[in-house]
Formats: sequence, structure tokens, C-alpha cells
Amino acid sequence: MRYSKWQLRALVILRVFIGWHFLYEGMVKLIDPDWSSIGYLLDSQWIFAGFFHSLAANPGVLSVVDFLNVWGLVLIGLGLILGSFTRIATLGGIILLAFYYLSHPPFLNLEYALPGEGAYLIINKTLIELIALWVLLLFPTGKQIGLDMFIFRRKNV
Amino acid sequence: MEKDKDPLIGSMDRRNMLKGLAGIPFLGAFAIGWWRKRRKDHYLKNVFLQELDIDSSAPEIPASPPKDRVIRLGIIGAGGRGSHLLRGAGFADPELIQRWKEASALDRGDKRYEDYLAQEDLNVELNGVCDIYDVRAEKALWASGNIKREGTDADFLPKAKRYHTYQELLAADDIDAVIIGTPDHWHAQMTIDAAKAGKHVYVEKGMTRLLDETYDMVAAVKESGICFQLGHQGRQTESYIKAKEAIDKGLLGKINLIEVCTNRNTPNGAWQYKIDEEAGPHNIDWEQFQGPYSDHPFSLERFFRWRCWWDYGTGLSGDLFTHEYDAINQIMGLGIPNSVASSGGIYFFKDGREVPDVWQVACEYPDRDLTLLYSASLASSRDRGKVIMGHDGHMELGNSLTVWPDRDSTRFKKMISQGIIDPQRPLYSYVPGKKNVDAVTSATEAYFAGRGLLYTYRGGRRVDTTHLHVKEWFDAIRTGTQPSCNIDQGFEEAITAQMALIGYRQNRVVFWDAEKQKIV
Repeated sequence: MRYSKWQLRALVILRVFIGWHFLYEGMVKLIDPDWSSIGYLLDSQWIFAGFFHSLAANPGVLSVVDFLNVWGLVLIGLGLILGSFTRIATLGGIILLAFYYLSHPPFLNLEYALPGEGAYLIINKTLIELIALWVLLLFPTGKQIGLDMFIFRRKNV
Repeated sequence: MEKDKDPLIGSMDRRNMLKGLAGIPFLGAFAIGWWRKRRKDHYLKNVFLQELDIDSSAPEIPASPPKDRVIRLGIIGAGGRGSHLLRGAGFADPELIQRWKEASALDRGDKRYEDYLAQEDLNVELNGVCDIYDVRAEKALWASGNIKREGTDADFLPKAKRYHTYQELLAADDIDAVIIGTPDHWHAQMTIDAAKAGKHVYVEKGMTRLLDETYDMVAAVKESGICFQLGHQGRQTESYIKAKEAIDKGLLGKINLIEVCTNRNTPNGAWQYKIDEEAGPHNIDWEQFQGPYSDHPFSLERFFRWRCWWDYGTGLSGDLFTHEYDAINQIMGLGIPNSVASSGGIYFFKDGREVPDVWQVACEYPDRDLTLLYSASLASSRDRGKVIMGHDGHMELGNSLTVWPDRDSTRFKKMISQGIIDPQRPLYSYVPGKKNVDAVTSATEAYFAGRGLLYTYRGGRRVDTTHLHVKEWFDAIRTGTQPSCNIDQGFEEAITAQMALIGYRQNRVVFWDAEKQKIV
């Protein structure tokens, strides 16, 4: 896809910043020996709550969920910042964010024990970040600014 | 943009190379930011832990002594609480297990059955059951044979013998120890008789109904040398152990006020227990229920809801104040207060009861320079928890524990001004089931802990404190040691509860003469 200079810059900055956010969220969990998604999963509401509670109920499943979540965040973050395997990283990010959103949708009549950091009605920052990744999926930049230039060079040139 | 580039690897021009590696500087910036933040957190945490001098490990469960000797158990009073104690000893009502099994089949998140199966086998036999209500006696008999913890679909027979009087049960040769789960008016006499018969005793709280019987009970237990445990299962609460550590280290500074509370807001919570439809004079031995203590005509209400009358219990004092008092007594070793004032009334449940449903107690400890304040309502479920207040910080205590620094603390003044301590955030928190204690806990975590959303664990799995408390008694019997809530602790509990009760009923401040060991 061809972008103007400023279009490309804006898209890359968006990509790197979202990557930064993912990477930091992942690293914080990685270095905390006590971190677990159990509390978050148990706090889930709405129609998918049963599914998220069942993930938390089984210690084996929970450790897999924790592992995938932490390393998913780190790798997606690195992918977006460096522009490596950008498309897979973007898709992975959308899937993770969809899980976060669906487990805790900010709908009327749903109350959470975990305090939110803002005030939301239906649309929250998770959903906005998800849509931003969707935009990046439709307007890819990895092969123009990023390691994907080298990774996918032969196929694409 | 890139149409004119040479397709060969390695011949990319400098400009394109930079485009490919454009993410690297961001990663570098991230790494620097990360490193600086980690260094700061690390520094704060170290300064903290050094200053607070706190052991950050979770309490261990003490290993059981060898259980090769079978303990032969009898139960006197197998009602609501009695059957829970039996379950803790390994004898569950098959109907209840059936309900748990069915519930877990419907909802995989329902772990009650699974947790119960995982409960340690204490190598105990239930040989005798005494209950003056046939229905409950029958249930306990079935539980006595339910050693495999099965439901009603299993094939087994009752094991224990039923006794119609507790004296007959105490005379039996095949019983070493008894659990007494009767209403409070029988606790003292039954314990005295059991001690004389050489049977070890686990008795429910409140320990006694009357002041004088307290002294007789203590003397009988001490003379006999039996192993005695009072039923404050709160002794097994993990967070209390950590609370004691923190307080012993002086984290809160000079403690001057402790506030403990009871809040309930249901008929059941106010002792309006369900009255069985099948119950009546034909299957309840009313004469034995009353004993020498009262001569009221037969009353189902009094039998099932005995906590509402002075003839059988002490109301909030023995039932709930004692739990709160014992929690603080085990943490701080307060002992018997110098004076107690109490007040309250029957303000909501005007159902003919004699005991107050809203009640306050102020215990003064001039030797310790502090007041213990108890406040209870049976008609409001606002959760107030336990708060221990000191000059340098205060502790909120429940299943979890949180210490907040005081913004006007002398000890932390410098650290607050340096930004090492933020008075808006917990100084220290402990959540059962977590591997470590956190210094500088996130607000989110504290919020979670406060709501009790995290399970209570021991050794990695959820356990019932009642089971742990019964187990501790069995362990002590086997090793000839004293359990945590022994007769000395029981004496302090009973006297304090009696002072509060007498203060209310006689509308006066009650004093303790420590020298004469008498209430004045």
C-alpha cells in the first residue's frame, strides 16, 4: 500500500505505541512471581462469564492461560514495535483484546470488583485499542518500516 | 517507494536499512525506561522491607504427628454446629454430601465436594452419639458410618451407638474424647463431667453461660489434665498469624484503639433458625434440654432458637463477641480487661426474644493503654471488619490483611516526605494463598483482598478452619500438648464475655480484680 510520508509516520507511531503498551503489560506480569489472571477471570461478567470462570477453576488450564497471556503480550509488543511478523502480531493483539473486552464489557448493569481507571459506557479503551489494531491490519506498515522488510523481502519484491 | 531497489539480500542501501530497523530505538527507549522503573521499585522495596523488618513468607501448616493411635470420639449435641464439627473430624451427613455431589455435577466451579474429599483423614472413630432430638441423632448415626464420605447412594451402616443421656455416653469405655455442641447452658456441666470421666473435650463457644460455672469448669479441666479445646476456629485463620507478626514488630506504632464488629442482616443471622416440621414433644426430650436451668413449658421456638433467651445462652456476647475478642486476644494477648461497659437493646427483631440485637461493648486496658471496642448489629449488613489503630498506621483485618501508614505518623514522617511511603497506599498487605507478602501493594490488589475474592488456602488448597481446629485438638491429644485455644485462653474469653453480659444486664460498669481473680 502506498502512503504519503505523514500517513506512514502516523501509522507507524500508532503501531509502536500500541506495541509498547503490550510489551510493558507483558513484562510487568512476567517479572511478578505472584501474578496470575485468576482474579481477573473470576471477576468476569456477562454471557461469557461462565467460560472465563471455568478457565480460572482449573489450576492446569489457568497456568496455560497465564503463560499464553504473558508471552502473548510480550511477543505481540515486540512484533509491533519492531515491525516483525506484524500481521500475526496485530491479529494476535486483536484476539487478546477481544478476550479482555468480552470478559469485562462495560455494559449497564454489570458491576465489577476490580476498579476501572476511567468511566465508560459500552466503549472502553480496550475496545478502542482493538479497533486501532484493526486499522493497522488494514493499513499495514511492517514491510515499509520494520523488520518485515527483511523477513518478507523475497516474496514481496 | 521501493520499486527501484536491488532485490539481492545484502545490497540494500543505507536508507532502507534504517527503515527496517526503525523499531530498534523505540525498543532501546523502552529498555531504559524499564530499567529505571525497576531500579526505583527495587530501591523502594528494599528500603521498605529493611525499615519494616518483615518476614515475607507465608505461614506453614505444622506437620501432623504420627496418627497410628485411633482416637475414639463421641458427640454430645449434633445440631447445626455439632454436625459441622463432625464433618471437620471426617464424619459427614450423607444427605449433605449427596447435595454437594449433585451441585458439583451441575456446576464444575462448585468445589465443596472435591475439597471435602481432599480433607485429611484424622484416624478417628465416631463411637457414640447423644442428641435429645431423634432426627439429629439419627443423622449423626448415619454420619458415623460414612467413613468414605459418600452420598445417600452409597451402601454403609451407622457405626456409633446412640445414647439417650450424655452421662451414659461419658461412661462408655470405647470413647476417649467428646465434642460438645449443645446450647451454652450445658457447656460447663458437661465439660466438668467429661473431665471427671477422663474424656478429652472440644466444646463450642461461648464457653459458659454463667459466671460461677466458669470457675468450676476451669478447675475441673485443670485437675483432670484432659486435653481441652474451645471452639474458636478463628485460631486457624492464616491472616491472624501474619497480623501477629506485623504487630509484634511494631509496624502500627503505639496501638491505642481496636474496633471489632458483627454485622448481619438476615433472620438466620439473628438466630431465627428454621423450625423442623417433624419436630415435637414426641421426638425431643424437653426435660433433658432444660435440665436444672429452667422450667419453661415445651416450646419449639425455644428449642430451635435457643440463642434468643437468657435461659440457654448469652446472645451476642457468647455467640459473636467471643469470636472477635478471641481473634484479637490471640494476636495481641490482651487477656481480661480492667473494665467493661456495654449497652444496646432489642431494636429490630421484636419477636419475643430477651437478648439484644444491637449491642456495644467497650473494654478498657489501662495497662496496655488501649480500648477494645465491639459493636454489633443483627439488622444491617454493612461490613466493618476489624481495625487495629496505632499512631504510625492502622491494620484492616479479615481473611486478608492490609496495613495503612498514618499520614501523621512520627516514625514514617521522613519516608512520607521523601515519597518512599504514600499514605494513600497500603504499607503492607497479606492475601492468603499468595506466595509472598507484598510491600507497596497495588491499589487493585488491596481492593481485591478486601472484597475477599481470593480463596483462603493452606498448603495450596482451600481448607475449612473448623477442620483445622478439630485436627489441632486431635494432634494435641496424641502428643500430650496444649491446643491453641486451651482452658487458659478459654477462661479469658469466658470472663470477658461474662463482664460484658453482666454490664448489660445490670446496667453498670464491671471491673476485674486481677489479684482476687473476681469480677467486681
